[in-house]
Amino acid sequence: MSIVGAVIVGGIITVAVLAPLVAPYPAHVGSYTDFANALEPPSLDHPLGTDSVGRDILTRVIFGYRLSLLLAATVLGIGVPVGVLLGLVAGYTGGWVDAAIMRATDTFLALPPLVLALAIASVFEPTLEIAIFAVASLWWTWYARLTRGLAASQRDEQYVQAAELAGASRTHIMLREILPNCLSPLLVKVTLDAGIVILTGASLSFIGLGVQPPRPGLGTMVANGTKFLPQQWWVSIFPGFAIFVLVLGFNMLGDGLRDMFDVEVEQ
Amino acid sequence: MVISLLGLSVVVFTISRVLPGNPARMALGARASEEQVAELTAEMGLNEPLPVQYIEYMRGLLVGDLGQSLQTRNPVLEEILFKLPATLELITIATLFMVGIGVPLGVIAARNRGGLFDNATRVFAFSAVSVPSFFIGIVFQVIFGYYLDWFPITGRLSLEYSDSVARYTGFMLIDTLLQGAIGGHANAWAHLVLPALALSFGGMGQVIRITRSSMVDIEGKDFIEASRGYGMAGWLVAYKYSLKNAFIPTLTIIGLLYAWLLGGAFIIEIVFGWPGLAKYGVQSVLTTDVNALVGVTMTIGIVFVLTNFIVDLILDWIDPRIQLAGDNA
Repeated sequence: MSIVGAVIVGGIITVAVLAPLVAPYPAHVGSYTDFANALEPPSLDHPLGTDSVGRDILTRVIFGYRLSLLLAATVLGIGVPVGVLLGLVAGYTGGWVDAAIMRATDTFLALPPLVLALAIASVFEPTLEIAIFAVASLWWTWYARLTRGLAASQRDEQYVQAAELAGASRTHIMLREILPNCLSPLLVKVTLDAGIVILTGASLSFIGLGVQPPRPGLGTMVANGTKFLPQQWWVSIFPGFAIFVLVLGFNMLGDGLRDMFDVEVEQ
Repeated sequence: MVISLLGLSVVVFTISRVLPGNPARMALGARASEEQVAELTAEMGLNEPLPVQYIEYMRGLLVGDLGQSLQTRNPVLEEILFKLPATLELITIATLFMVGIGVPLGVIAARNRGGLFDNATRVFAFSAVSVPSFFIGIVFQVIFGYYLDWFPITGRLSLEYSDSVARYTGFMLIDTLLQGAIGGHANAWAHLVLPALALSFGGMGQVIRITRSSMVDIEGKDFIEASRGYGMAGWLVAYKYSLKNAFIPTLTIIGLLYAWLLGGAFIIEIVFGWPGLAKYGVQSVLTTDVNALVGVTMTIGIVFVLTNFIVDLILDWIDPRIQLAGDNA
């Protein structure tokens, strides 16, 4: 199962990176129109059909994957280091520092991420960049909590005590001794989270607070396609299914990695 | 819990006041004159220093005053209380589906470990957590609404009933029963099925997996072996000993999921035109109605914190080994 997940994720990343080369109609990404070919059902020319202004849906799904993966990479690229650092400090230091960091974390965890992202996104003009910022500003909390637990359990291990006795600095102990021993649960969590971040981003786009047309956000495409249900089902259903496949790939891969490393990670 | 709520109020307040943009200007739109903006700014107390604004906001919160909606000019609390029952009804029924379908599937999967049913459930659980809720909602609408025509696809009640059902509690299932409107009651259920099922999907996947793995853990324990040795029927052991013990992790996750469904409801209410709190929240975002948005976010946070607190209490009561954080701190 993890191999299937790896193939799905690897395949989609490759296609997304090479999008300008592999997409059949790269010109259809933006505000291109071709009303003569609007709302065409799936065919050999357009395997996933065309949308209301005649753009090839397969092309837009491939470029949509680009935006989804960009979102996941940026959110986790910001959220993971911040959360891991706070978690290390809290778990290794303990005491009031630990209490303060964890209280702040709990507060952020007291709201469904989508709702908080919505509140943040609403204050600004809705764009992909704001959606990324909104989601990233919440995502560190999970890593802070996970790393804190891991770091606290390592604190009294002999190798940490040995490093302390040898006079290693706190920074050295946290980053070079404890962190490497926390990596496999973190890797599993990142893989599982990539799927959830993509779902959150797609949901924001779906309600109009993420990627704005004519940019090909997958959630945006589903939302715009609902007008043509049920007759022109492909406009909405294919982009929705595309999100599902990518998220499923990440979940299968993450689950496989969890079994491989034999770690417990809450999802 | 009190600390969580205080922290939450600070976060929500910060989002609404410190981030750039003047809420008064946003509410009035770009064409409002400077005088109008200045007047509303003063009326909303936005000229006061931030700590004063926070204290005012907290004082309002304590007496249940969330300010006026900038759109309708009605008290925000009133509007929220009007919308909240629809959302709670939706997520409660979704939770029932989640548990009613997820727990049995998890139990059966655990008892047929490695078999066909176990693997099928595993694939289903994986798919359920991976599918976007708006997508599954749309798929349900197309299949069960348009093609099979089994269930209505939008709203809470058909027109023929909606005029005759008076509002007592705001919970449609209860209101229709109170008036003895059996047809209306059935109609309310029919409207609930698709949105609640779509909303429950992601959580159901998690419930299946948690139930399965905790059942598998328990099955290996001595007291299960012992009761089998006494010759008790397999299903009785499964129900009386395994399930009861396996239910503790499941209940924890259900409590968390109930609160998470509030977030999921934001999407589902849009897809199904469900007139609840989440739809109100999205509307207040689109019309930049800051007071309404703060009220909605705060309400959801409070429900979330309260749910977690109640789950802790129930767990404490079921399992004497679990202690509340306060007990030993």
